[in-house]
Amino acid sequence: MGRYVLRRLLQLIPVFLGTTFLIYALVWAIPQDPFSGKCGQRPCDPSYIAEMSAKLNLNDPLLIQYFKYLGNLLTGDFGTTFNGVSVGEQISTSWPITFKLGIIAVIIEALIGIIAGVLTGLRKQGFLDNLVLVSTLFLISLPVFVTGFVLRLYLGPQGFDIMDTSVSTDPTIGELILPGFVLGSLSMAYVARLTRTSIVENRRSDYVRTAIAKGQPQTRVVGIHLLRNSLIPVITFLGTDLGSLMGGAIVTEGVFNINGIGGLIFRGIQEKEGVMVTGIVTLLVLVYLLASLLVDLLYAVLDPRIRYE
Amino acid sequence: MTQPLLEVEDLHVEFRTRDGVAKVLNGVSYHVSAGETLAVLGESGSGKSVTAQTIMGILDMPPAFITKGSIKFRGEDLLTKSAEERRQVRGEGIAMIFQDALSALNPVFTVGFQIEEQLKVRRGMSKADARKRAVELLDQVKIPNAKGRVSDYPHQFSGGMRQRAMIAMSLALDPELLIADEPTTALDVTVQAQIMDLLAEIQKERDMGMILITHDLGVVADVADRISVMYAGRIVEHADVYELFRAPGHPYTESLLESLPRLDLKGQELKTIKGLPPSLTNIPPGCPFNPRCPRAFDRCVTEVPAVHNLGMGRTSRCHIAEEVVARG
Repeated sequence: MGRYVLRRLLQLIPVFLGTTFLIYALVWAIPQDPFSGKCGQRPCDPSYIAEMSAKLNLNDPLLIQYFKYLGNLLTGDFGTTFNGVSVGEQISTSWPITFKLGIIAVIIEALIGIIAGVLTGLRKQGFLDNLVLVSTLFLISLPVFVTGFVLRLYLGPQGFDIMDTSVSTDPTIGELILPGFVLGSLSMAYVARLTRTSIVENRRSDYVRTAIAKGQPQTRVVGIHLLRNSLIPVITFLGTDLGSLMGGAIVTEGVFNINGIGGLIFRGIQEKEGVMVTGIVTLLVLVYLLASLLVDLLYAVLDPRIRYE
Repeated sequence: MTQPLLEVEDLHVEFRTRDGVAKVLNGVSYHVSAGETLAVLGESGSGKSVTAQTIMGILDMPPAFITKGSIKFRGEDLLTKSAEERRQVRGEGIAMIFQDALSALNPVFTVGFQIEEQLKVRRGMSKADARKRAVELLDQVKIPNAKGRVSDYPHQFSGGMRQRAMIAMSLALDPELLIADEPTTALDVTVQAQIMDLLAEIQKERDMGMILITHDLGVVADVADRISVMYAGRIVEHADVYELFRAPGHPYTESLLESLPRLDLKGQELKTIKGLPPSLTNIPPGCPFNPRCPRAFDRCVTEVPAVHNLGMGRTSRCHIAEEVVARG
């Protein structure tokens, strides 16, 4: 196991280098002058251009630029924007919010998705089964921004006034539950269906029959024997989903006006702040890679037949 | 005569599916006493496993429906008991082992956990006591280094060891009756013999009743006391093991015995039973075996044979049972 972890960690290095280089190259290789529109209506002052070019190593070949950027990154320096704002500082204030949002989304999608999946998997073709199948289909077919706007509008003060849907600049967990639900809604539908299929597949399996034949109580047959096996693919999905949720938060954060990574990256792209974009995307890549490593390790714990030698 | 441990009486089970009603059991009756081994013999689809699952109460209902009959265990009809009462009987009164121990054991739990679970949940044993008992049980089924292997997963065991672990698990609550559903089918011949010896030994030691479900005549000859031969959801012949091998009382049993490879007939073509077992959604009228029976005559097509009593507890469902036995 130890060797496997080490090997997987070593594998992260080329993947990390490859993806970050691609991002860096794509961001800086746009066929446009990086300084256009940076200084209001006027073209930029040549001395400013010279200074920024030197600072961003824009005169070096791309590969050199990239390695210089990477070197700074490894010392924790994310660089500054054209206005001289520290990217690292911006990220460190927005990051915890998005992280919190992502975790809340995963918890909500896991909880509701798994419960719905188990209940429907055990009682196929009942009322609940149809209800869940139709509502998940509904969620899957709706884009997240529609779900977000509709829920925000109807639950908020302008709608039925059920809850306060506004999110403050430093949001509490309570404020993030609705956005978390919206963010996780699509995956929640997938989790419900994945769990349902998995339960349906396993409930007729021989080991479940054995557990019943042993005279184990129904709660243990389902809660221990059936669930433990059926959740293996679900947990794999949830793990990788954590990574994609962080990246996917852009729309949700936009709808709810949340000061997270999503807003930052959106503005970064609009304003062609290359340093900002590469910094954040690099971070997202890292989160995704670590999440998938975690999933692979968890997989070995959940399924003892898989052993990493 | 003392009361048998288990008495199955005129059991009828059907599967109602979209394609129609399959009459899987059409009046199965047999009984087992403590310390006795009954072999239930038959082809795939003859209903031998369904009978066992009905006794255990692990049949999927629906699609299965019990339409008639009774299953008396220690004199009490299991079919009238509540689901909870039936659950209590499973494992404790009647235990079952299955054909393929790899899929029958839960792959994600250790063998020890699966044995201990019975002791902890059903007997309220402490974790440490349950572990100790699990090791003892594994030792009893002759798993070498039981103490070291108790925390292994099923896939780390060999086929034979897995079946031994399965047996250990079924013995955890000291059942009075063990149903072994083709316990050696998935194993190779040498291991088969070891497992059968083990089962016979354990049965003798504990004075357990045992129902051995199999399609292997060789397995039967060694360990069974009595044999029930099933065909199309009925017991067609019932006899003492020695009597049955000496002189089969039903043409189906006769054909089965003739289809065994024999050394003295080496080089000759192996005899087989012509045709296929009937579809259970469409059982032929009269004797269900009549389309394949070498002795069939007109009465077989029109009239279902009654149970013929051949003496000494022997029965046969054949119009000419007496004639068949006499010839053997």
